[in-house]
Amino acid sequence: MSDEYNQENKPLEAQSSETMSGTPSKDIDYVRPAELPEQDLYHGHSFITKWIFCQDAKVIGVQYFLTAVFTGIVGLVLSWLMRLQLGYPELVPFITAEHYYQFVTMHGMIMVVYFLTALFLGGFGNYLIPLMVGARDMVFPYVNMVSFWMFFIAVCVLMASFFVPGGPTGAGWTLYPPQAILPGTPGSNMGIILMLVSLSLFVIGFTMGGLNYIITILQARTRGMTLMRMPLTIWGIFTATALAMLAFPALLVSCIMMTLDKMLETSFFMPTILQAGEVLDYGGGSPILFQHLFWFFGHPEVYIVALPAFGIVSDLISVHARKNIFGYRMMVWAIVGIGALSFFVWAHHMYVSGMNPWFGFFFATTTLIIAVPTALKVYNWIITLFRANIRMNTVMLFCLGFIVTFVNGGITGIFLGNVAVDIPLSDTYFVIAHFHMVMGIAPLMVIMGAVYHWFPLVTGRMLSEKLGKWHFWFTFLGAYSIYFPMHYLGFIGVPRRYFEMYDSPYVTSATGMNEFITVAALIVGFSQLIFIYNIVASLSIGKPAGKNPWKANSLEWLTPEVPPAHGNWGEKLPVIHRWPYDFNVPGAKEDYITQTTPPSEVISAEVEKT
Amino acid sequence: MSDNSLNNLPGGFKGMTHDMGSDQTAFKGVQWGKVMMWIFLLSDTFIFSCFLISYMKGRTSTVMDWPNTSEVFSLHVGNVPVPLLLIAIMTFVLITSSGTMALAVKYGYEKNRKMCGWLILATAIGGLTFVGMQVFEWSKLIHEGVRPWENPFGAKQFGSFFFMITGFHGTHVSIGVIFLFIYARKVFRGDFDNGKRGFFTTMKSDYVAIEILGLYWHFVDLVWVFIFAFFYLW
Repeated sequence: MSDEYNQENKPLEAQSSETMSGTPSKDIDYVRPAELPEQDLYHGHSFITKWIFCQDAKVIGVQYFLTAVFTGIVGLVLSWLMRLQLGYPELVPFITAEHYYQFVTMHGMIMVVYFLTALFLGGFGNYLIPLMVGARDMVFPYVNMVSFWMFFIAVCVLMASFFVPGGPTGAGWTLYPPQAILPGTPGSNMGIILMLVSLSLFVIGFTMGGLNYIITILQARTRGMTLMRMPLTIWGIFTATALAMLAFPALLVSCIMMTLDKMLETSFFMPTILQAGEVLDYGGGSPILFQHLFWFFGHPEVYIVALPAFGIVSDLISVHARKNIFGYRMMVWAIVGIGALSFFVWAHHMYVSGMNPWFGFFFATTTLIIAVPTALKVYNWIITLFRANIRMNTVMLFCLGFIVTFVNGGITGIFLGNVAVDIPLSDTYFVIAHFHMVMGIAPLMVIMGAVYHWFPLVTGRMLSEKLGKWHFWFTFLGAYSIYFPMHYLGFIGVPRRYFEMYDSPYVTSATGMNEFITVAALIVGFSQLIFIYNIVASLSIGKPAGKNPWKANSLEWLTPEVPPAHGNWGEKLPVIHRWPYDFNVPGAKEDYITQTTPPSEVISAEVEKT
Repeated sequence: MSDNSLNNLPGGFKGMTHDMGSDQTAFKGVQWGKVMMWIFLLSDTFIFSCFLISYMKGRTSTVMDWPNTSEVFSLHVGNVPVPLLLIAIMTFVLITSSGTMALAVKYGYEKNRKMCGWLILATAIGGLTFVGMQVFEWSKLIHEGVRPWENPFGAKQFGSFFFMITGFHGTHVSIGVIFLFIYARKVFRGDFDNGKRGFFTTMKSDYVAIEILGLYWHFVDLVWVFIFAFFYLW
């Protein structure tokens, strides 16, 4: 129990040091005493409790990260197989139409749910939340551990579907009924069942983790850490987790209902259907209901991936441009606003489902309104860079790459948000280009930048800058050569999710471009080996990082030990006096003032009041 | 966290903005577990809302007639069919168990171990009775030929939604009953008085756990009120 703990039952003033300045204490360094006693932590003793069934959020974060990256690599290989078929039809004999649809489905589901969501929230969330808010660990370490193993089982079930009779489901990642569970769709027996079970397990596991993230941020911050002094990374992860807690229920419900449709022949989503001249037992259900449920999950899911990326990139830009983030509060409210709005736009994925035009009008309007806070964020990143002391290192390159790809994907999003433009484009490669730019490449850029940024914290060693720059240029230029031509393919009308174009007029005009995209995809995929080599090699031969190698302000760099030990903070919890963005403050001796620096130590600095 | 320190907090909307603007905690004096339960219940509310909205959609979009609920759910007393009889008893039992749960929380905070334990046990038995009557109702409907995939009285979606949603709710009640029995044992053993460490979590036991379980139990009751209204009264 720390000595600051308020033992005498003194009245607790619910005020931050900001609102208290002047009145209650003459001491300018005053921070309210601790409200809560020290967290009770379980310290593992054996190898199993320290590294496998570990309750330390940092180890759980790394476990999540590695599992997610493993599934991501599977998803990457699947995308190669698809591209091989599209660029060079019938070159690889085992890619049949059935297999192609299975690759499409598994690639989509893996990348969106099991890779990006798990990596951002499970990986970065677990590692960074306790460190950045100044907690010793997540508030429920045991539940957190179970959360990871639930995710692990979900991944195992998903991977198992590759090996069952009929293979994995080939219904497309949206799993639309009725075709998802009827014969004729690949994997319509075991494949779809395992997919639905795996998703349900993922939701259960994620709920356990998500409760941890939210409550650690709300209730376990250290002294002086107000909500408006949290790094934007935490705001992004927090809002994304809140979205997930409200969006995943719709996915769970649709999974349960479709599992019953498949296994018990209920007709929740199944209308009366003729199959090979015979009327099936199904009847009276509504396939559109599934679309609504799925996209009520599916659209917030886009922001579950994007918001942590927004938050992390804001912090990376600020640190590596040595300048405070422009419009911090605007950034926070933009994150929260985007999160709230994301629940009112889902039907823009369903414009072609035959909806009432007024319904489409409503959803087009809300969709375009979301562009406002999103554009604010982009402006703020750019204004942060304006006349900043930019360090053009690998992390910054990835941040700039993020801005470019995100703006590109965002602008095509405005096209697709309008019903009249969406209807001709929605089943073409234009959509593929749009969402891969905006929620594929852009978040990936952030993930890679974040790995270069936080690798020294996790391992104590720096990644190689030289290899990092090679990796960046291969990835950025390569990804652009993959997705930029796809906009054109979309405009000339090449339909997506087609196994082959056969004798259609697209063959002649699109063949060369498809070959080019395939070659680019192979190169980008293989260039990730540079990244993997960099990580593996730097673990042993990387330059020792020392403490706070980037001269950052936020708490995670200020632990007594680097990499941080279990319990994070040694004897005493840190006390926070400012936000994490005090870079290049006029009057300060150094170009950064850490969050723990008390005002009396930087008396002449003209800091912003936070 | 002592309760004395909370008396001086400003109330109302101003108090809320104060708490949100403050450091350390956003909900002053609220234990982690309690916040967790509230947020979990919010998430669970969305699950049940999705189920019930799907039910409304399914009921309105199906082409066949929906069965007359006051006939399907009626019980025969002698030879007279009494609509809503069983369900009235079920609802009464479940709501009563909410009352005993609330009392258990009160006696828990008063460290009245015995009363607390017996009341939790009473709540558990109430829950068990509810589940038992639900089993009876299910078996009655199954005997009459209602299945998830078919329904002799009309639209097949009736059976599908009924078994799925009451089943999902019944699972919630059953999980609650299991925890109530575990907690009753813990209370009688005195775990919450001496802060015995949990078997799995290794965290110290505290009487607040009973309130958290109570929150869950009240939520399950509240959801039942909605299911009751949508299935039996509509």
